[in-house]
Amino acid sequence: MSAEAKVRNYILENYLFTDDQAALNSTDSFLDKGVLDSTGILEVIYFLEDEFRIKIADEEMIPENLDSVNNIIAFIDQKSH
Amino acid sequence: MCGIAGIINANGGNPPTHAELKQMIEAVHHRGPDGYGYFSNERIGLAHARLSIIDLIDGDQPIRNEDGSIQVVFNGEIFNYIELRESLVKSGHHFYTHSDTEVIVHLYEQHGLDFVDHLNGQFAIALWDNNRQRLVIARDRAGIRPLFYTEVGGRIYFSSEVKSLFSLPDIPRKINVKALQEIFTFWSTLPPNSLFEGVRTLAPGSLMLIERGEKKIIKYWDWDFSAEGIDHNRSADDWAEELRSLMIDSVRLQLRADVPVGAYLSGGLDSSVITSLIKNYTDTPLRTFSIGFEDEEFDESGFQKELVDYLGTNHSHVMCKRSDIGEAFPRVIWHTETAIVRTAPTPLMLLSGAVTNSDYKVVLTGEGADEVFGGYDIFKEAKVRRFWSRSPNSKWRPRILERLYPYLKHSPTGSGAFSQRFFQQGMESIDKPYFAHIPRWSTTQRVTQFLSEEVKSLYGQSLSYDIISRLLPEEIDSWKSLNKDQYIEANTLLSGYLLSSQGDRVAMANSIEARFPFLDHRVIEFAATMPNRYKIMGLDEKYMLKRAMKGLVPDSIRTRSKQPYRAPDSQSFFKDGKPIGYIDELLSEDRIKQAGYFNPKATAMLMKKCAKGKALGFADNMAFVGIVSTMLVDEMFLSKTAPAMMDVSGYYQ
Repeated sequence: MSAEAKVRNYILENYLFTDDQAALNSTDSFLDKGVLDSTGILEVIYFLEDEFRIKIADEEMIPENLDSVNNIIAFIDQKSH
Repeated sequence: MCGIAGIINANGGNPPTHAELKQMIEAVHHRGPDGYGYFSNERIGLAHARLSIIDLIDGDQPIRNEDGSIQVVFNGEIFNYIELRESLVKSGHHFYTHSDTEVIVHLYEQHGLDFVDHLNGQFAIALWDNNRQRLVIARDRAGIRPLFYTEVGGRIYFSSEVKSLFSLPDIPRKINVKALQEIFTFWSTLPPNSLFEGVRTLAPGSLMLIERGEKKIIKYWDWDFSAEGIDHNRSADDWAEELRSLMIDSVRLQLRADVPVGAYLSGGLDSSVITSLIKNYTDTPLRTFSIGFEDEEFDESGFQKELVDYLGTNHSHVMCKRSDIGEAFPRVIWHTETAIVRTAPTPLMLLSGAVTNSDYKVVLTGEGADEVFGGYDIFKEAKVRRFWSRSPNSKWRPRILERLYPYLKHSPTGSGAFSQRFFQQGMESIDKPYFAHIPRWSTTQRVTQFLSEEVKSLYGQSLSYDIISRLLPEEIDSWKSLNKDQYIEANTLLSGYLLSSQGDRVAMANSIEARFPFLDHRVIEFAATMPNRYKIMGLDEKYMLKRAMKGLVPDSIRTRSKQPYRAPDSQSFFKDGKPIGYIDELLSEDRIKQAGYFNPKATAMLMKKCAKGKALGFADNMAFVGIVSTMLVDEMFLSKTAPAMMDVSGYYQ
């Protein structure tokens, strides 16, 4: 499974509680769409650290890195290079 | 404390029968295990289940006036009955008991409907005036004692609890999905709604009159924060002094009983104030009860022990495990009779069980202080958000939130961008009276994403917050911000949830009467005239209460930061990653589909997430508890025929 599919499915299953791929675009902002609540981002960080074996620093926890599927993928890409 | 029930033949209905009244009152046996009493004629039937607390010998109800033309049944306490009795005797009234109930009868003779203004207490009263053929139902000011009613076939049925109405096969039983959406926004239904279609609750501070087939509801009291009432000319010391003496008097009155009275001790400021006042200003031997949690996150045992040692009280401590909560939860819902989004009432039911086992019937608790004196984080949070909204692009204004919620400073919100975004919600609604409540309500409304497609298409996904306006007084827009926040808090969370699901209902489940000295109406009215800077000084909550209690409560408790009372939520329903006993079947795809409220697939996914222990956020936990409790209500109150329904409580116990 591609990284994008992993992230997409994780968000769909755990925040939108559906397997309907149409429920989320990869460019949708989690904050604007109300996908995550105030504690949700904490769970996403746990997931990314476990799944992609990365460590996310405090200063990296910003919407530019984490606020959509595409942002996350770009961020993970950059981290692993 | 007791249970009441009754039927009035209002519009050509059949006369009430003894069998019906008996059926209704036996359904609330737990509220009054010490005996039943009845009164009935062609028009009216009244029933009473008694928990003897005052006048153990002669206090049987209904209580009547001299010629029997006025009959009353009553649940609760009138704390100033001794003073009222003296003045009524002086006016020529004759008493045949020493109970607090009898003052209601004579006060009504003396003052008519204004009788209620003279009462200092917590009560649900049903009074029959035979001469006027009038039924008067009254509920206390803050909404401590419950009262439900329904109209079917020309009759109005009323009772302390819904299960009493449902004990009669004539009463239809169905969940009101609109009311369910109110719970999944405001944490409780808004009066007059209950969770059930056609079943209404009488709003706090209200009288209902039923006379010649007409029903009329009158609001006789309300939380009033009008600007002209606020007194700006007193010194802080003056406020502190009067507050202290008022609280001493409130505690003194609320200790009145012909049985021993105990107190809850949480480890926080409010219960420390109550227990310290009992210890220092009354002759009552101090007997205290507390609850602790195996989960350190929720446990306050350390502070409780400190206070127990300081006061030298005779103390009982109940330790609560996650599994205790999951196992006891169905019984909790049998008593709350509504869906809830937190498990927090459950440990309090276990605690009232410990009180019963110690042969106590009455406890004083600290509930109400946060609403009256400005204790909640939501008030402080709103203060910061209002300050921030004046300069929405400011980078440093929202950082004051970090002082309020120190965890915001740490990961995962290093830049604060995510948390700021959360607290920014509703910034455009700065003019709405419910501005403070928007973050809480929007988090709670995340539960509505689990509603079934049928429900969403029939009723819409979620409610507009504006429906709260049906509860608000017209003049609220002219009040200060904090006072708006207090009013909404008192009329939603306090009366709808804390005093009912987390108060009366889980105490009465074990035949325990809870009393609330901070909700003495004199205390509420006094605090309403206090300038807001004395409630929240900067970001220091309950400033004046702390000041007034200096020297009485240990400084470590007086100045500790507030810990909201919470209990483990979704984790309580799983053990080693597997759902406990009843959960699997209750939340099975078939059962969810058949009940029709929720989306089976989404529910299954949520359950999977909770089972893995990955549900960390408030929203997921509220959704899970909300679904379990709704399904339990459906199972216990709707799925069975009326008499079988009454057996369900036994099954879950």
